[in-house]
Parts: sequence; structure tokens; C-alpha cells
Amino acid sequence: MKKGKWIVLLMVLALLFSFQTAAWAKFPKKPLTYVICFNPGGESDITARIQQKPLEKVLGVPVVVVYKAGGGGAVGWSEMMRTAPDGYTVYGTNLPHTIVQPMTRGNTGYETEKIENVYFFEFTPNILAVKADSPIKTVQDFVEFAKKTPGTTVGGSGEPSANSLGTAAFAKLTDTKLTYISFTGSGAAVPALLGGHVVALMTYTSMAAEYPDKIRALAVAADKRANALPGVPTFKELGYDYVEGAYRGVAVPPGTPDDIKKVLQDAFAQVNQDPGVIKKMEDLGFIMEDYGEEASRALVKKLSVYYENLLKDLGLLKK
Amino acid sequence: MIEAVANAFGHILTLKVLLMILAGLFGGLISGALPGLTATMAVALLVPFTFSMDPTEGLIVLGAIYMACIYGGAFSAILVNTPGTPSSIGTTFDGYPMAKKGEGEKAILVATFASVYGGIVGVIFLLFLSPPLANVALRFGPPEYFWMAVFGVTIISSLASKNVLKGFLGGAIGLLISTVGIAPIGGDVRFTAGYPPLQGGIELIVALIGFFCIPEVLTMVTERQKTFHIAETEHRKGLLLKTFVDVMRRQGNLLRSSIIGTVVGILPGAGGSVANLVAYNEAIRVSKTPEKFGTGEVDGIIATESSNNAVVGGGIIPLVTLGIPGAPPDAILYGVLLIHGLRPGPELFSMHSEIIFTFIMSLFVATILMLPVGVISGRLLHKTVVRIPIRFLAPVIFFLTIIGSYAIRNNITDVYIMLTLGVIGYALKRLEFHPGPITLGLILGPIGEMGFVQALLMGQMLPNKWMIFFNRPLSWVLIILSLFSLFWPLFIKKIAKGWKIKEM
Repeated sequence: MKKGKWIVLLMVLALLFSFQTAAWAKFPKKPLTYVICFNPGGESDITARIQQKPLEKVLGVPVVVVYKAGGGGAVGWSEMMRTAPDGYTVYGTNLPHTIVQPMTRGNTGYETEKIENVYFFEFTPNILAVKADSPIKTVQDFVEFAKKTPGTTVGGSGEPSANSLGTAAFAKLTDTKLTYISFTGSGAAVPALLGGHVVALMTYTSMAAEYPDKIRALAVAADKRANALPGVPTFKELGYDYVEGAYRGVAVPPGTPDDIKKVLQDAFAQVNQDPGVIKKMEDLGFIMEDYGEEASRALVKKLSVYYENLLKDLGLLKK
Repeated sequence: MIEAVANAFGHILTLKVLLMILAGLFGGLISGALPGLTATMAVALLVPFTFSMDPTEGLIVLGAIYMACIYGGAFSAILVNTPGTPSSIGTTFDGYPMAKKGEGEKAILVATFASVYGGIVGVIFLLFLSPPLANVALRFGPPEYFWMAVFGVTIISSLASKNVLKGFLGGAIGLLISTVGIAPIGGDVRFTAGYPPLQGGIELIVALIGFFCIPEVLTMVTERQKTFHIAETEHRKGLLLKTFVDVMRRQGNLLRSSIIGTVVGILPGAGGSVANLVAYNEAIRVSKTPEKFGTGEVDGIIATESSNNAVVGGGIIPLVTLGIPGAPPDAILYGVLLIHGLRPGPELFSMHSEIIFTFIMSLFVATILMLPVGVISGRLLHKTVVRIPIRFLAPVIFFLTIIGSYAIRNNITDVYIMLTLGVIGYALKRLEFHPGPITLGLILGPIGEMGFVQALLMGQMLPNKWMIFFNRPLSWVLIILSLFSLFWPLFIKKIAKGWKIKEM
């Protein structure tokens, strides 16, 4: 009787190990879960949906998109810290969110360094935008208007976010006093601009691409112009040293084996080469990027220094 | 446009498309009736399936699911006193008392007719009045949202007319619960006790299940000996026709509630959850017998169910004309449009008129088809629930509450929150607090808070920032509505007293 139990146990263990080794030998063997830490219908969701089909083709297994929204992404990312590091659950991550949340909040449930990004696939620069029929036609006009009207309202998505910190950085750069008004997403800020409730938006290129006849983008906060907005100059062209925006990537739970990370990195990189994906993403105003695992780590490090200084300047760094 | 509509009908009235609509309706009904699966979730879950279809077919299926899901919420509201979606909160107030009286089948039929009516009104507005109505959405800025939330809170005075103080206390509890998590503006962390999962705040659905469902299950269990089934009921002949005539006689209520639903649907950030309560409130106010509400009044169900289905058409108005989703599920429809490279706005009507008119007309067809589908499945469900003895029904419902609260965000913390709120809800119910005002506070808290803070920030450009709340005409409309709504019940009581004196 006792012996029988032992044999059964051994067999179960052997079976488990064989599964384990099989999984290591060839990843992936079962469906991949792609967790979006925001609500369905948002930009993170849309990008994941664009990747979903090509990703399935590259990996050869189904990819299931699920949502774990809340706390500006923090609920999902803190859960990632406790998820099994087998590579079958990947999380969409966003910069600067995963850098500035731990810097400004008491207990976010995750640390920036513990987020193992395997790939950053796109950059969405900030734009300064006004209503299409606004008398403000250039960045120059806007700065003049803001100097005359202290407290000029600028809407954007979230706080602290690339939009909110970007507004603060731009105000400092131009020596103006701007009032940033946070909305619960890029899309939610657009009606406020169109209805005349805010003067301008510090939003993302995607909004100008989605509402071309309603929004006038004055300038793009990137090193080069966005493909979707060829007529819109960069801030740098206009003489303002201002680059700001959000990156989207994917990460795996801490402790995921390197070879699995490599498979995922290569898969996402390959998806990023897909002409269909490029077309859809660029049409929506995103700028395609190619940060592998190593490059991602360097990017996070570089931006961490930048945001720490910015937050310190603004007095937002948590004590 | 007539040509486009005719063409659209040509596309829809094929066997394949009609079957797709029917499948969508059944799927929507089921997810609507299960608390935890909201219209937003149901639509999001189905998005991947629409990738393999062409955009028109995808939109048709999603539209049918959306419409049926909002309607399906009434089933659980009526049968087990738990709103299947937040859009049916008000349906519990009169639907469940009716079910307890053995009139569950009638209540379901009332909900069906009202839902179809509201759905059609919403679609008619969508078809004919989209461009002018879309601008209403833009007129609403942060100060208006703040006043709208204030107006919403005043509904409590008629919701809880028996004990206004307890009503407002309940509302305050709801408002407080809504502050847990990350502040919508500013991003401060509030009341999470250092526990990271609470950063996500308390999801409305989770609270709904906790406050409505758990106390009900507990009551079922504690009263088990007395009543073996929920209610004694027998099938009465001619109920279908009689109910239909009864509902259609109340055109005033139907039309008023449908228009309320359409308008609330147009406003981004407010959806069926707000619409059904506003419509309920107005129905009470207009009624000659307001005291009957809450005891199984047909007008109550008509108001909530016609308004919430009108939200569907209303919410799509700003979506297709401006690219601004009116209600949460519309955000997902928007994503589907974008993924297929269809940009909402005037060009959608000019360049892709075929797709958009087919979509609108398919909503119309889906709403009509909801009538037979709803009557058949509603009767079936009613029969089943009423026949199951409570000792089986209670554990099944309890099991569903756990699945439902987990499903909404795939988060086990939500199950714990739901259970905690359920126990609190049971205690509050014993103390005669109604869950209605609590959930109202929970719904309106974030809308009011965001409106208030955003408006104050807007006021930075004025000499006195507080002026922002009083210098806009639309704000004043809402302020006057709020005052009116707040004092109306008192006013009515005064008049009633006056009459009594005269009678003496």
C-alpha cells in the first residue's frame, strides 16, 4: 500500500518533470496570455489587438488578450510580480508609467527594476494641440497666449504621466504658467478640447491622427516628425528642446528564464517587421521602435534619471 | 439616405446575418443576466472573433450583443434582486417585489416590451438626429458633469422617500467607497491601507453584487423554512397580450424614459447606470401614485428598462459622428472601427455609408428580434428559477456571485471585496438601508469628483476660480433641476397635507 503510493508519487513527479523539460525545450506549447493593464478600447488594447494575429502566427500558439485594469496600470503590474515566471503570461508595459508611479506613490506593489521588459515596440510622442478652428496657429502663438493668460488650461491623459510631466516641463522651458487638467485617458480629453473647456491639449500623436479634421497639432515632442503627421514640425525644429512621450512594450514576471525571454523578444521583434502591423500602427500615429531586452533596460535606466530629476524639480518625488 | 437605408436592409435580411444577430442576442442575454458579465466585458470578449469577419458583420454581432446584454440585466434584477449589469439597478426596485408577489413573468414581459421600445427610440435618434445631438456631448464640460452628479445625488430624496436621512447616509457611504484607490485626478493613493491590489479601487459591479446579491442570498437562507420557493406562481393565459396593452398604454413614461436614456447615452462618461436611475426618478415624480414605487410598480420597470436600452443608440451618436464613445461599451466598438481602419466622423457617413447604415439598421433589426427571443428565453428562465427550491437556488446564486465578481477584472481581490461588502450590505439591509442610494453614490462619486477638480482647475483662468460653477448657462439648468428634484418630494407632501385638510 505504502509502496504503491510512492510509485504513484514518483510517476506524477516524473510526468511533471517531463512536462517541465518539454516546455523548456520548446517554448511556447500552450496559449499565451497577453495582459493589458488598462480598459478595453484604449490605445494599449488597440496595439495589442493589432499584434495579436501576427503574434499567433510567429509563436504558433493562440494569444489571448485579457484586461487587468486599475490604478493607472499598477494593479496589473503589481500582479505581474506574483505571476508564475513561465513566459506564458506577458504584460503590456508603459513608460513613463512604470518609472514614475513607484517614484510618486507610497506602495505601488512593484518596483521599476523588477519589471523585466523584453521588448519596447512603439513610441508615442506628446503633441501640443488646439482645436482646428482656434486662432492659435503655431507654438509661438500658444506661448504668447499663455504669457498673456496665466493659468492657461492644458488637458491631457492621467497624472503623473508623459502628458502631465510634459506640460510641466514645457511650461518651465517657455517660462509660462500652465494649468494641467488630467482626464481619464487620451480619448476622454478630446471632447473637453472640442467643447472649448480647455485651451489646448498636451496629448499624444495618436489623437491628431484619429481626429485630423478636428484637432490641430502644433508640434511633436520627438526627435523626428511622425509619419502620420508629416506636416507637423517637431519642437526641436522650432527651437524648443522638448522631447516627451510614452513607450509601449511587453514584460514578463521576474525570474523568467533567459531563453524564454529571448523567444518572446524575437517574436515581438518579428511582429514589428510585419508590414500590416507597421501600416496600422503608423496610421494611428505611433512611431515604431525596436528596443530588445538589453536596449529596453538601458532605456528605462536613462529615463529613470530624467524623470527623477524632473519630479524633484516639480516637488513631486515621494519623500 | 433612404437609398442607403434600403441597401442596408438588403444586407441584413439574409439568412447568414439574421443568424448572426440571433446568436449575438442569445450571447448578450446570457452575459447580461449573469451579474459580473457586463455589456462592456461581453463586447470585449467577442472582439477577437470579429477579426475574421468583415467589419460590417463584426459590428452587427457586437451591436446585437450590446443591445441584448443591457436587456438581459433585467432578468437577474427581477428574479434574484441583483442587477445583471449596472444599467438595471433600478429594475430591482420594482421587478423583484413583483417576482415575490408571483408576478415575475409579467415583470419580465414588461421589461421586454420596454427594452424593445427604448432600443428603437435610441436607434431612431441615432439615424435621424446624430449630428445636432452630438454637439450636446461637447457642451458638457467638467462643471456640467459636477452639477450632473449633484443632480444625480438628489434622486436619493425620491428613491428613499420613506427615510430621506437614511437614504442620504447610504449615498454618503457609496461616495466614500468610490474614493478608494487612485484618485482620478492627481493620482494620489487613497484608503488602500498600503495594500497594492486596492489601488484599482472598488469596481461598481463588484459592489453591486455585494450589496444586492449577497444580502438576498442570506435572506433566502435564513427564511428558508418559511418559503420553499421564491414565489408561488401559475401561468396565466393571455398574460402576454394583456401586458403588452398595459405597457403600451403608458406612452408618456415610455417616451420620456427613452429620451432620457438617449440623452444620457450621448454624454461621454455617463451610461446606462445613470440613465436608468434618472428615468426611475422622473417616473416617480410624474406618477400620481408615487408611494406605489418600490412595491412592484409596472411604471418603475418601464422607466428603467426603456431608458437603458435607449442608451445604446444614444451612446453611438457621438461615437460615429465625433469619434467619442458615449458609454463604456462604445469605447470597444470604437476600437473595432479603428482596427479595421474606419475613422469615425463625417467621412464615415460619406465614404463608408454602407457600413455605418448597415450597422445602424442592424441594431434596429436586433432590437425587434429581441422581442421573440426575450419572451421565449425570459419565460423559460423565469419558470426554471421559480421552480428550483431555494435550498438549491441559493448556493447556485452564491456560486455565480463569486464567478461574476472574479470575472470582471480577473482579480481574486474583487471576490474578497464583494464578500466583505455583502456582509456589510446584509447588516445595512437589516438596519433598513436600501442598496439603491449606496450604489448611486458609488456611480456618481467619480463623475462628481472629476468634474469638481477639473472645473476648479479650469477656473484658474478666471479672476475667481469658484465662478466656473456658476457662469455657464447649462450649469444653471442642472442647478435648477437639482433644486427641483431635491425639494419635489417635500413639496408633494405639503400638497398632500393641504388636500387632506380640505377634505376634512
